[in-house]
Formats: sequence, C-alpha cells, structure tokens
Amino acid sequence: MRHIKYTEQAFFKFLTGFACYSVIGILCLIISIIFIKGVGSLSWEMISQAPKGGYYYGGDGGVLNAILGSLYVAGGAVLIAIVLGAPAALFINSFLFRYKRLQNIIRYFLDALWGIPSIVYGAFGFTIMLYFGMNASLLAGIITVACLITPIMIRSFDEVLSTIPTGLHEAALSLGSTRTELAFKVIFKQGLPGFVTAILLAFGRGIGDAASVLFTAGYTDQLPSGLHEPAATLPLAIFFQLSSPIPEVRGRAYSAAAILTCIILAITLISRLLVNKYSKNNLK
Amino acid sequence: MGRFRYSYNFITGKWMLVTLAVILCLPVIIGISLGIRSADLLHDNGLIDLLFSSAWAPSKGEFGFLPFILSSLYVTIIAFVLAAPVCLLAAMYITQFSKPRMMKIMYPVADVMAGIPSVIYGMWGIIVIIPFVRDVLAPLFNVHTTGYSILSGGIVLAVMCIPYMLNMLIESFKTVPQGLRESALALGATHWQMVKHVVVRKSFPGILSAFGLGITKAFGETLAVMMVVGNVVQFSLNPFDPAYPLPALIANNFGEMMSIPMYDSALMFAALILLVVILIINLFFRYFIYRSKKIR
Repeated sequence: MRHIKYTEQAFFKFLTGFACYSVIGILCLIISIIFIKGVGSLSWEMISQAPKGGYYYGGDGGVLNAILGSLYVAGGAVLIAIVLGAPAALFINSFLFRYKRLQNIIRYFLDALWGIPSIVYGAFGFTIMLYFGMNASLLAGIITVACLITPIMIRSFDEVLSTIPTGLHEAALSLGSTRTELAFKVIFKQGLPGFVTAILLAFGRGIGDAASVLFTAGYTDQLPSGLHEPAATLPLAIFFQLSSPIPEVRGRAYSAAAILTCIILAITLISRLLVNKYSKNNLK
Repeated sequence: MGRFRYSYNFITGKWMLVTLAVILCLPVIIGISLGIRSADLLHDNGLIDLLFSSAWAPSKGEFGFLPFILSSLYVTIIAFVLAAPVCLLAAMYITQFSKPRMMKIMYPVADVMAGIPSVIYGMWGIIVIIPFVRDVLAPLFNVHTTGYSILSGGIVLAVMCIPYMLNMLIESFKTVPQGLRESALALGATHWQMVKHVVVRKSFPGILSAFGLGITKAFGETLAVMMVVGNVVQFSLNPFDPAYPLPALIANNFGEMMSIPMYDSALMFAALILLVVILIINLFFRYFIYRSKKIR
C-alpha cells in the first residue's frame, strides 16, 4: 500500500514534468524552425525594398511595403486604442472604485469581449466599409484592428490599476482632488508601467493579426501612401507568398516570418522586462 | 480657477464614461451590423434550413452550413483533446512540484507563445505537421492522405491554445489556499494525493473555465487552421480527410463574395454564428471565474 502511493507519485511527477518541458520544447521547436528556414533568404534587400516587377516569380525586391503597412496599421490602431481604452480603464478604477460589484461586472463583460475571434472583427469592419461605401484601405484596417485591440488594452491596463491600494484613492480625494485629477494625476502615474505594457501588448496583437485586416486593409505592392489607399501587412504577405509554387518566393515568406517573429519576440520580452523593473518602485 | 477645475472634471468624466460605454456596446453593435447584413439570407432560407442543411452551392442559392459547423467542431474537439491534458499536467508541475524558478521561466514562454501570430503557426504547421501527418501518422493507420487534414488542423490549434489554457490553469491553481494543501500533507497524503484530492477539487471551476475558454479560442481561430486543414466542403469522421471550418470559409471567399448574389450575406451569417456561439460560451465559463472572484 505504501509502495503504490509513492510509485503513483513518482509516475505523475515524471508525467507532469514531461508535459511542462514539452511545452517549452514546442516553443523552442517553433522558433528554431522559423529562424532556420528564414535565415536562408534573409537579406538587407528584404527589409529595405518594396516588391519590384516580377517579384512573385522570384524577381528582386523585399517586403518593406508589408513591414511599413503593418507598422502603420498597428500604430494607428494603438493610437485609437489609447484614446478609447486608457480613459475607460481609468474610469473603472477612479470613478467606480467604491463599487466593487459593478467593477467586476464590467470586467466580466470585457473579458468576454476579449474572446471574440479576429475574423468576426474583420467581417464587422467589412460591413462598416460597405455601409460607408469605403474601399479596402489603411483607414478601414486601422479602425478594425483598433476594435480588436481596445478590449485587450483596457483589460491589461486595468489589471495593473486594480492592484493599486484604495488608500491612495482616498488620500487623493481627501486632499480635495476631483475624480479626474485622481484618475490622471495619481492613478495613471502609478499604473504607468502597466500602461506601457498594455500598449506593447496591444501593438503586438495588432501587428500579428491577419484575419481582421484580410477584408479591410487590402493588399498592394506599393508603399502605403495615404489613409485611403490600401496597405499591405506582414502576416498577409507571409500568407500570400507561402501559397506560391516557386521555392524562392516561399523562401521569402519564411524570412518575412522570421522578421515578424523577431518583432513579436522583442515586444514580448521588453514588456516583461518593464513589468519586472518598474513594479518594484510602485506602492503595494 | 475652481470653476474650471470642476467643469474639466465633468467633461473628462463624461468622456471616460462614453468610451467605456462604447467598448461595452461593441459586441452588440457587431451583432446588429452582421445581423442586418445576413437578414436577406435568413429571410430567404430560414434559420433551421441554414444550420442543418448540408447542400452548399452558392451559385444556385443553396447555403447549408452543416458541413462547416461540423468541421469546426471536429477540429476544435481534436485540438482540445490534445491540448487539455498537456496543459493540466504542466500547470500542476509548475504550481505544485517544481521550484518557484520554473514559474519565472513559464510566464515568458506562455507570453511568447500567445504572442506569435497565427500565420506563423500556420507556416510551422505546413513545414512540420503536414509532413509528419503524411509520412509518419498516416502510414501507421494505413491511410493515404496529403497531410492537409482535420488532424493537422487539430494539432496546430492544440499548440495555439496551450498558452491561454496554461495561463488560466496556473492562475486558478495558485489561488488554492496554502493551509488546505498543508493540512492534506499533514494527514499523510503524498504530494500527488494532495494535488489530486485537494488542489484539483478546490480549483475545479477554474479548470472548467480554462478549458471552456481554450475551446472558444480554438473555435474562432482562422488563418492557421485554414492553411493546414485542406478546405474541402465535406464532412467525414476520418481525421485524415480535409475539412472546411467556418472561419476558413469566411476568410477564403472574401474575394468573390460580391460577385455571387447572397454570398456576402451568407459569409456575414457565418461570422454571426461564430460571434453568438463564442460569446455565449465565453459568458458562461467566465461566470465561474466571476463567481470565484466575488467570494474572495
């Protein structure tokens, strides 16, 4: 009887450890394969030039159009998300900080919003485009991606703000500050690292998302020139080039994927570092 | 000065309220606008017909979503069956058996995995999973396949929903009070018995909701699945056959949807199905988490 319980424990300890390390292994496998495949055709030309004539048959050029387009779409969407998201998150934590129940209900709905898949946002963006008679353009892409990332941004900002002790709120209010001053001068300052993390997180989601820009931002070989022009995005560039039968074009898809992975890795690691570094200075 | 401060407070306060209201109304707005778009189709074909007919011929005006819905469900179930045990065991190891250092490693790992775009998972699926299914798994079962199959889609999806499930499982295991665990150990239970009888039971609602939310994540995933699942309108129980999940249907046909009458309406209806199903499942499982927060 004694033996069985210890053998069982040893077995499951091994099994759980195996599961955990296999998750790490899968991530390493994914990243290493992307870089091994991508390094082959990675060159300065890839990053610095737009596609030239015959690019899709193995001609010269790079994916600068897609890199710039992705940065514009994600950057614009993050701007909108800041204007909409930051006040909303501050509102939950400054005006409503006495109403815990209401706060939790709002968080509950925001979390549910976070689960809506990006293709639905894409379809929604498309219906809006039809309604206003717009064509696929940078602007439509930005609006759609903004809808996608605003809930993410609010929730991750709010997550940090909610850890601020209520004593701080009460101290500020008792000194005669208005609720707005409480929100922007006290809570915002305390939650600044969380704000930066939320921006980075939202930016990462925006730059990597393909399904929502598929309908709305369109695709073009030109560098993005205006809000009403269509713009290429990096995930779509990878997607389209992967379906090509020509190995050189597929090779470029791999290296574009390596570029995208680098961007995502950098964003994720920077935001982690920021959290670790600045959370020490904050009131707990 | 004083008056300015209060009017400023009033205006910004109202602005903050408006932004929050807009965000909270977003799913309703999305639902209504998709609903208006798909009203034509609903009017012509009827809801029951659309959901339970398997005739798909847009040029003849036949829109049966059954094969797509079943494909979506099948891929999702395979992904869930593959991912759930791994996540559960890994979360147990991280929170119960390993040193605290492991947690510091796993958070960035889950972050990066969640951050990698779906198109890259799809590419990885094409490079790794498809040859694996075609050359290794298929011969084992004596089937012939191109590799673009339900099983490949399921495997890629499983990898994609690991970080979400893992994160939520770790969170719910961490909330088990230390005292409960210690009293189990003091009564002579081994570490594993403690995990099995105390930790799992105590965080059961958390586990359920983590699984539920993982499923919705898999159900709505588009690009990665579309790249490996083969996209053939059919449904068979053989996991080595290709299929055509709902999100892939929307993403694949956006180019030609304006050329065939009612086609755009049908695609928007597909998006509406996704939205409604996922919102309902999400609200249902989030409720467990919400409840556990209220008690605390």
